[in-house]
Amino acid sequence: MWRWLHPYAKPEATYRLVEKLLPWFAALTFISLAVGVAWGLAFAPADYQQGDSYRIIFLHVPAAIFSMGAYAGMAIMGGIALIWQIKTAEWSIPAIAPVGAALTVVALLTGAIWGKPMWGTWWVWDARLTSELILLFLYIGVMALYFAFDDARTGAKAAAILSLVGVINLPIIHYSVEWWNTLHQGATITKFERPSIATSMLIPLLICLAGFLFLTISLVMMRLKNEILRHELGRPWAQQELEKN
Amino acid sequence: MINASMRQVWLAVLKRDLRIAARRRSDALNPLLFLLMVVTLFPLGVGPGPDILARIAPGIIWVAALLASLLGLERLFKDDFQDGTLEQLCLLPQPLAFTTTAKVMAHWLLTGLPLVILSPLLALLLSLPMQGWWALALSLLLGTPALSALGAIGAALTLQVQRGSSLISLILIPLFIPLLIFATAAVENASMGLAVHGQLAILAAISVLTITLSPLAIAAGIKMSVN
Repeated sequence: MWRWLHPYAKPEATYRLVEKLLPWFAALTFISLAVGVAWGLAFAPADYQQGDSYRIIFLHVPAAIFSMGAYAGMAIMGGIALIWQIKTAEWSIPAIAPVGAALTVVALLTGAIWGKPMWGTWWVWDARLTSELILLFLYIGVMALYFAFDDARTGAKAAAILSLVGVINLPIIHYSVEWWNTLHQGATITKFERPSIATSMLIPLLICLAGFLFLTISLVMMRLKNEILRHELGRPWAQQELEKN
Repeated sequence: MINASMRQVWLAVLKRDLRIAARRRSDALNPLLFLLMVVTLFPLGVGPGPDILARIAPGIIWVAALLASLLGLERLFKDDFQDGTLEQLCLLPQPLAFTTTAKVMAHWLLTGLPLVILSPLLALLLSLPMQGWWALALSLLLGTPALSALGAIGAALTLQVQRGSSLISLILIPLFIPLLIFATAAVENASMGLAVHGQLAILAAISVLTITLSPLAIAAGIKMSVN
């Protein structure tokens, strides 16, 4: 596996790989989001209790899941950057963090819009809402730390350490907040039993989940391409790349 | 594992930090005075009624403690970084992760322990019921070591940042949240006469976990800046 992986420590090789993969992921994003969102918003049956307003679930749940998934991905990249000192892993931290923060904001906003008709309030200090807000703070901390240094490599290392500290703390924060207060409904599809959602709603939701996964990956890839180019500006291959476009 | 030379170095670092603090008393006193003043602001802000004060006292004291612990953090490693002491600590045969625990311990002795001693006074000022006093002192005793350890991570990561104190707060406040939740729950339960062992046990567990794992992050942060 190492023989297959270590060429990508070279920024140019990673750039070429990302360049090759990006159109495929972009196409997958477009198809699955178009199908999933259209199916969910127009064709899935209305909920017997919440009526049509439940349909925001097709944006809310994927955004919430991948806001956490992106943090896990960032922490894994941070670990790789610290252990094997791979530069492209360091650059993927500033590539992932804003995408994850944006997903967190989307989850919080759609949650507020959903909460107003259902709970009668935009915001409550409920466990899941609060831990999502804290996740946003953690993202902001990582980004602020990354950009605080004059030397980009030191900033990347600091951000990598902080994202690892955060990933150890996330479960503690999550369970402490859960213990503190709970109003949000229990998990619908992530538990390991039969999902407590009708199949006619589950299928578009799963398509939307796939769509958001591909969207996250595509956005991170686009940002990573920029990061690689920005750091490799002095190299001939990067010059050629810029002149080509 | 821990042999005589390691113990010697650990004690030397601890003594040195305490001696420096003794020569610069205002640095050590300012966070405590800040805490006292923040606590004074609340009765002026929400009204002097003992009912409402007793209700929100645990939250006020703990939030003030969190803010006060952030105050001196920027200085924790910075002076040693600038005069080269940290480089010497990196060069020692003893592991850096081990020697930094002495600095964390000194920081706790200077900021955490006075808070524990001061806590009955704060409880009195905010008219916390008698049953809550010992729970407040215990929650501070068990929780403040984790504050010092987490704070040292923030201080180590921002060593090279100019004017890093606002950045330290930004990084650390989310990490402090579990401590605040369990500590205030313990004090509230105690002042209502309920059992508090569960919350205090969790606080102690968080402290043990933080103290054992944070030296790795602190050492990594220092090595990153010292090179």
